[in-house]
Amino acid sequence: MEKTTERFTIAHGSGGELTNQLLESETFEILQNEYLQKKHDGAVFELSGKLAFTTDSYVVSPLFFPGGNIGDLAVNGTVNDLAMCGARAKYLSLSFILEEGFSIDEFHTILLSIRKAADKADVLIVTGDTKVVERGKGDKIFINTSGIGQVHPNANIDAANIEIGDKILISGPVASHGMAIMSVREGLEFESQIRSDTASVQEQVMTLLDEFGQDIHFLRDPTRGGVATVLNEIARQMHLGISVDERKIPVREQVRSACEMLGIDPLYVANEGTFLVWVKAEASEMALEKLQAVLPTGQQAAVIGSVVAEHPGQVIIRTEIGGRRVVAMPSGEQLPRIC
Amino acid sequence: MNMKYISEYRNAGVVKKLLAEIEATVTRAWMLMEVCGGQTHSLVKNGILNMLPDKITMVHGPGCPVCVTPKSMIDQAVALALRQDVIMCSFGDMVRVPGSSKSLMQARSEGGNLRVVYSPLDAIKIARENPDKEVIFFAVGFETTAPANALAVLQAAKLNLNNFSVLVSHVLVPPAMEAILSDEFNTINGFLGAGHVCSVMGLHEYYPLAEKYKIPIVVTGFEPVDLLEGILMAVRQLEAGIATVENQYARVVRNTGNLQAQAVIQEVFKVADREWRGIGVIPQSGYKVREKYQLFDAEHKFSETKNIKVQELDAGCIAGEILRGIKKPVQCPHFGKGCTPLNPLGAPMVSSEGACAAYFHFSQAYETTS
Repeated sequence: MEKTTERFTIAHGSGGELTNQLLESETFEILQNEYLQKKHDGAVFELSGKLAFTTDSYVVSPLFFPGGNIGDLAVNGTVNDLAMCGARAKYLSLSFILEEGFSIDEFHTILLSIRKAADKADVLIVTGDTKVVERGKGDKIFINTSGIGQVHPNANIDAANIEIGDKILISGPVASHGMAIMSVREGLEFESQIRSDTASVQEQVMTLLDEFGQDIHFLRDPTRGGVATVLNEIARQMHLGISVDERKIPVREQVRSACEMLGIDPLYVANEGTFLVWVKAEASEMALEKLQAVLPTGQQAAVIGSVVAEHPGQVIIRTEIGGRRVVAMPSGEQLPRIC
Repeated sequence: MNMKYISEYRNAGVVKKLLAEIEATVTRAWMLMEVCGGQTHSLVKNGILNMLPDKITMVHGPGCPVCVTPKSMIDQAVALALRQDVIMCSFGDMVRVPGSSKSLMQARSEGGNLRVVYSPLDAIKIARENPDKEVIFFAVGFETTAPANALAVLQAAKLNLNNFSVLVSHVLVPPAMEAILSDEFNTINGFLGAGHVCSVMGLHEYYPLAEKYKIPIVVTGFEPVDLLEGILMAVRQLEAGIATVENQYARVVRNTGNLQAQAVIQEVFKVADREWRGIGVIPQSGYKVREKYQLFDAEHKFSETKNIKVQELDAGCIAGEILRGIKKPVQCPHFGKGCTPLNPLGAPMVSSEGACAAYFHFSQAYETTS
């Protein structure tokens, strides 16, 4: 498509001619598949066995950031939520709430990313909706995706399966997404660009389930609130202690520097292509090797801690210098320090 | 930023050696105060408090700029932020501190125009881009942030920016230390001086304090190795009956400080009485914009907001005793109950450098269960 300076108007969401044009020339054109082609109110398909279902809304600002945009995020996020249930994503819905005045050109770019991410995760977008709200009533574009996935036959992912002695693995370096967003949002210029880790983790999860099945006790992707929040949620919910080794937590060098400079703890920063695994201790070394074999992020996969009988409900970290401290639940957004 | 430079000062082996040396040196109980909130944060975050010998008690000083900024200043900032013609710029951790009725963050949710910036020069940029708005930078902090804030005023003057001003609430470390030392309840035996403050101001202000109050002052950095070295140096002085000024942080702090930065401060600011949250007014304990630059002084430009009625006491908050090292956060009846980082009663629970928030985040739960 040629570059256009066109912008969304209320008419694009009214269901009339402009809506049709937009759907024809943009959405259907880019996302095309047999289900969308029917242009019906919903999609009809067959699935059997255990299914997983999830939904998420995406409101990120800025829309475009190093490593991705709101489009990949909206696909990967929902695919990953299904993966955390032990399921392979099959079908997604896709809904847009667009603000009057939003650039159609940017919309086009986002759609292309959506298509690419969906192809990569081997998932079909089968139904959707587009609404346009008046200027000032939205923030350019909001996306909602829901997804249905087929649960892996070996999967039994349930926090209730977590046992004392379980090892906790992380699939790659932490804090990249949050710091990429922050560096763009705040106009911080670092020597090298920090890229978001937004990606589907489906293949990694499926590989683990193929191989280790029931030994994979629990999965969770540490998105908003980061690793610290997820660990705390699980410790509290299951009334188990979690012990973590600070030295084992992988953080990319430039991400660590940015965190250091802003006084932000990488453990509390969002991730979009990284997940935590609670695995039976005996299987942990082999599971780690499997994760590490998935390039490029897998190299830095690590066993970061374990589930312990002591301090139930709490996450305790062994610090770099050998001290111990509590990793608390975060309160509100992390704010850069003054000095 | 080169992380190797930092990791040297976080070396577990060096830490272990220093701890052993402190253990071997200390024979009596000593109470040390780290002045700066950054030091408090590092002590707690790295788990150092639990590693020190029992004979050494660390108390946490007033050096958290967010914590000591008085309510009256926050109320002024909130009132200004709510004006339609104003863009209020602030450092990040200042925006959540409660004033009498609300914080800057709450003001934003009510339609106030608030921007979080990383440097006062960002605020200058915003002022140039928004000539129809008055851009106010909330200039808080100790001697460390004063040079950059003064520089912003000089820059605005150079650019003839008539829509930029600073709302100044700058405070100074030595008068606060003196206020603590002269308190009849004072029990502190030694200070870890604030490294970054001294990198600007130098050491000269501390000699008279060490001499008058017979107290060791060791200017100290922020990494685990720095802090333990600082503690060791202070303990050595105490055990030997010496009370003088030493510089642990020599890789950053020169005895004279940064003369150029001092000159910039001198040019723009003058020393004045300042109110400290939880402590009260300390004479000659802060900076004020000189008359020469009053066109860039928000208090001068918007003098009407100065007379907002302030409800002075934080209900039940013992910030004053915390900031003077008389009480520890866990000794407050509201700690972790009525007062949490989500619902802070007082400022030390807000900033990550505030003693209460540091305890809440990193050590309180552990200490009560082990």
